[in-house]
Amino acid sequence: MARAVSPRRKWSFTVLAWIVALLLFFPILWTILTSFKTEGDAILFPPAFLPPHWTLENFVEVQDRSNYFKHFFNSVVISIGSTLLGLVITVPAAWSMAFSPTKRTKDILMWMLSTKMMPAVGVLVPIYLIFKSLNLLDSLFGLTIILMLINLPIMVWMLYTYFREIPVDILEASRMDGAVLWKEIVYVLLPMAIPGIASTMLLNIILAWNEAFWTLNLTAANAAPLTAFIASYSSPEGLFWAKLSAASTLAIAPILVIGWFSQKQLVRGMTFGAVK
Amino acid sequence: MGKIVLEGVEKTFGAIKVIQNVNLTVDDGSFVVFVGPSGCGKSTLLRLIAGLEDVTAGKILIDGVDVVNTPPAKRGLSMVFQSYALYPHMSVRSNIGFGLKMAGRPKAEIDRKVEAAAATLNLTPYLDRRPRALSGGQRQRVAIGRAIVREPKAFLFDEPLSNLDAALRVQMRIEIARLQDTLGTTAIYVTHDQVEAMTMADKIVVLSAGRIEQVGSPLELYNKPDNLFVAGFIGSPKMNFIPGAAAGDPGAATIGIRPEHIAASRDSGTWSGTVTVAEHVGSDTFLYINAGPLGDLTVRSVGEMGVKPGDRIFMTPEPGRIHRFDPAGHAIVAAH
Repeated sequence: MARAVSPRRKWSFTVLAWIVALLLFFPILWTILTSFKTEGDAILFPPAFLPPHWTLENFVEVQDRSNYFKHFFNSVVISIGSTLLGLVITVPAAWSMAFSPTKRTKDILMWMLSTKMMPAVGVLVPIYLIFKSLNLLDSLFGLTIILMLINLPIMVWMLYTYFREIPVDILEASRMDGAVLWKEIVYVLLPMAIPGIASTMLLNIILAWNEAFWTLNLTAANAAPLTAFIASYSSPEGLFWAKLSAASTLAIAPILVIGWFSQKQLVRGMTFGAVK
Repeated sequence: MGKIVLEGVEKTFGAIKVIQNVNLTVDDGSFVVFVGPSGCGKSTLLRLIAGLEDVTAGKILIDGVDVVNTPPAKRGLSMVFQSYALYPHMSVRSNIGFGLKMAGRPKAEIDRKVEAAAATLNLTPYLDRRPRALSGGQRQRVAIGRAIVREPKAFLFDEPLSNLDAALRVQMRIEIARLQDTLGTTAIYVTHDQVEAMTMADKIVVLSAGRIEQVGSPLELYNKPDNLFVAGFIGSPKMNFIPGAAAGDPGAATIGIRPEHIAASRDSGTWSGTVTVAEHVGSDTFLYINAGPLGDLTVRSVGEMGVKPGDRIFMTPEPGRIHRFDPAGHAIVAAH
């Protein structure tokens, strides 16, 4: 039951929440504002909060110097591709763990999660060598595979948690109705799990979009996504704050928009099972 | 056709034997009820027949074919679940037609059969609703509709009425029995409610601790229980058990007599005792009597029996209705 909260208390919590939210959002806001400054204004000290001279020239220059849309396209391909490929593997995996568990199921889940605890740099050399010998370096296919692999544990966990909420009777009913395994999954399980699958996909797309370790280390010119595009602005010629900010703004804009429109779904997805 | 034969069926979960050497024949078109207390293995046995669990040993023959290695989807059986287990994302129409769709039947045939089933079950006005917009009784009807449209070899019912209220349960019980009779399809029905078992079954299978205790028609079980377990399980109120020696029958370890087979009288009788509780339910009066060395007895008497707790009462058992059991709990035959 909700306890009555005094208006004053409620008000102070609201203010606190706003402060925390602004602190978290401030770097993004600052980046966006800086992208509209001239290079000179960007390094002013003390810094100017709002751009003294609003300009779009950074964006123009960024697009001229490096093809934004090419990197954007690469990011879209690898984040959506790795997510779809991941679903093909994780849906059956989560199905088997949720509906046909064995004594070892919990151990397998923990073991999968434990791979996320390993520092990625620890396996950089072997992965690099494997990619090299398979001719996967700087290829969209190779990146899709590696991003799918690093996010598999999270996808399995999320889907497993969702599937556990689905009454097994309903799946059994479909089996009695003559549905073979793939039909059971396609016609009964997936439609019932749409909210869970949607949040899993969203989270995975965001994680893949923002992934910067493997995308930087395994690409050069061809397959470089937006992360590599941003990084290219921290160059030996020096830091160009305004252009770097413009590149960053362009890189985060799409995911920011997606995240904004799907926040309800995302929050529900991440807290699913916690509340009934 | 739908004859189901179980031969030496066993099921173990880990170290626990849930089903032990079950042999049973379910004749085509018959209505067989599995009954027993919770945990006796009746639902597991049904799930083994359905194919939702794998047998540890034994054979399950459907029309002479061993289906032990056949997945549930290919066994040609329909099942009605206690939780109804309707597909929440589909309309009533799609729920009922799902099995036919899976079988790849043409759309016109599916529509025709779904509508015929809906008409039989009074579901026509609800065909385009989702399950969540239906009452418990309607949901149960949809589950039954889903089972009948496929024209299966047999219906499997897993405690289908447990979630309904008492009045609806009686009504649905009658409807299911009538439907099965009309369709002539074999049915296996699991329940823990012996009244459901007695009223619906052609044949009752009483299970306890994973074993079949007795198989027979409702009246056979009522009149000739094989052992103490069946004698105590079938019949309501429960049969009275009296130590043989105390009842003047040293040849039997225990004798059993049903409450309805004891005549109560204020004046005279074979046994006597003191009324502890008198339940007046209108048509009957149930007397709970402390009969000294015989123990506590239950007697069913006429509705007008005006007795109160503390009254002295005499009882006379009907001679032909006494059941005798040996020390192992088996019925001593030729007692009558």
